[in-house]
Amino acid sequence: MLRVDVAKQLGEFSVEATFASEGRVTGLFGASGAGKTSLINMIAGLLRPDRGVIAIDGEKLDDTSARIHVAVYRRRIGYVFQDSRLFPHLDVHDNLDYGRRMNRLAEDAAQWRRVTELLDLGELLNRRPGKLSGGERQRVALGRALLSQPRLLLMDEPLGSLDEQRKEEILPYLVRLRDEAGIPMVYVSHDPSEMRKLATQIAIIKRGRVTAFGGIEVLPAHTPA
Amino acid sequence: MFDISPTEWTAILLSLRVATVATLVATPIAIAVAWLLARREFWGKALLDAVIHLPLVLPPVVTGYLLLLTFGRRGAVGAWLAEHLGLVFAFRWTGAALACGIMSFPLLVRPIRLSIEAVDRRLEQAAATLGAAPWQVFLTVTLPLALSGVLAGMVLGFAKALGEFGATITFVSNIPGETQTISSAIYSLIQTPSGDTAALRLVVISVLISAAALVASEWFSRRALQRLHGS
Repeated sequence: MLRVDVAKQLGEFSVEATFASEGRVTGLFGASGAGKTSLINMIAGLLRPDRGVIAIDGEKLDDTSARIHVAVYRRRIGYVFQDSRLFPHLDVHDNLDYGRRMNRLAEDAAQWRRVTELLDLGELLNRRPGKLSGGERQRVALGRALLSQPRLLLMDEPLGSLDEQRKEEILPYLVRLRDEAGIPMVYVSHDPSEMRKLATQIAIIKRGRVTAFGGIEVLPAHTPA
Repeated sequence: MFDISPTEWTAILLSLRVATVATLVATPIAIAVAWLLARREFWGKALLDAVIHLPLVLPPVVTGYLLLLTFGRRGAVGAWLAEHLGLVFAFRWTGAALACGIMSFPLLVRPIRLSIEAVDRRLEQAAATLGAAPWQVFLTVTLPLALSGVLAGMVLGFAKALGEFGATITFVSNIPGETQTISSAIYSLIQTPSGDTAALRLVVISVLISAAALVASEWFSRRALQRLHGS
């Protein structure tokens, strides 16, 4: 279970959000600038809340009253960014293997095969990120995050920089991930149709506040795309 | 014309040794300082930046004299080092290396700092989310992506160390076989009535080495750009 109860002042803008989710995929839905990325960065540990608690399965990652702030690299939370952020000096294989090496995990051939097959990465392994299409890059970024063996996977508009055709190409992978990978996810998007296809629980974010929380019925019925 | 005498050879080899040692010792320090300046905010940062650049603007004679005061046999640091570590700088080739290292330090730091600043911090964040501790992020992401800048800095620093004259001759004098580098050999030769040809030979060699260093530096910079753009 993911429990978030945080406050953060960012210049004129403030985030004050409280929710607790058991879902396999928790969607954070809202317009751009609503504070979704700030929220997810706090969960990742990239941004430190001014006040509040973030906990996964009862383990506190942030608790300002107890002065707890677990460093990003110790959280075991995978993060797929909108702009994939693959390491340009490493080929796809070494990008995928990066998390395992940093965490000094033993090689796990079965897990490697499962992830590379799930995301169809076999053909790409020897290429450099500079030679990949946008969609391929996001698939590698997903695989890289999964192979670091996270206990939670954050995705910040992973389809945001792709055109419609590429989105349709990646979405089935995300659905497979939700149904087969067994890792809880937090999925940030401003696209209601993505939310309907992926999320099991949704928090609606407006101006830094959670205005509704529940199943996909909390999504606005007719939203302009 | 191309009949290089033993004395000249000694000066050339000594110059190469002094410049190599100076560059190799200064590089790790320069990387650490460049990283601090590029990535950290701390009290006295502007001061550190100024001190590093001082050798670039001070008259080399002044730097050499300050080195003599500090690292000479009776200098505060020099006396301690000689007594406890047996490390003597004054009038030794090691002193020439020290002088060259300090004079070339700003040239070494600058390209390294620029290349570290050019490394996308979002990549460093991504590395941290994958479980890389700060030192691992530095070694596996920041440094490899800044590597060509480091090499460019090393080449520039090496070229500067090779040509250093003022601080070296002030600090360690001009002793053939011990502290007489190409530059101080040229200086001695043009003071001698029959030294013109030999001086000219060393001048040509000096120009060749420096030009090669600049070409190498340019090549490394281009590699750095390619690396950052992921091709």
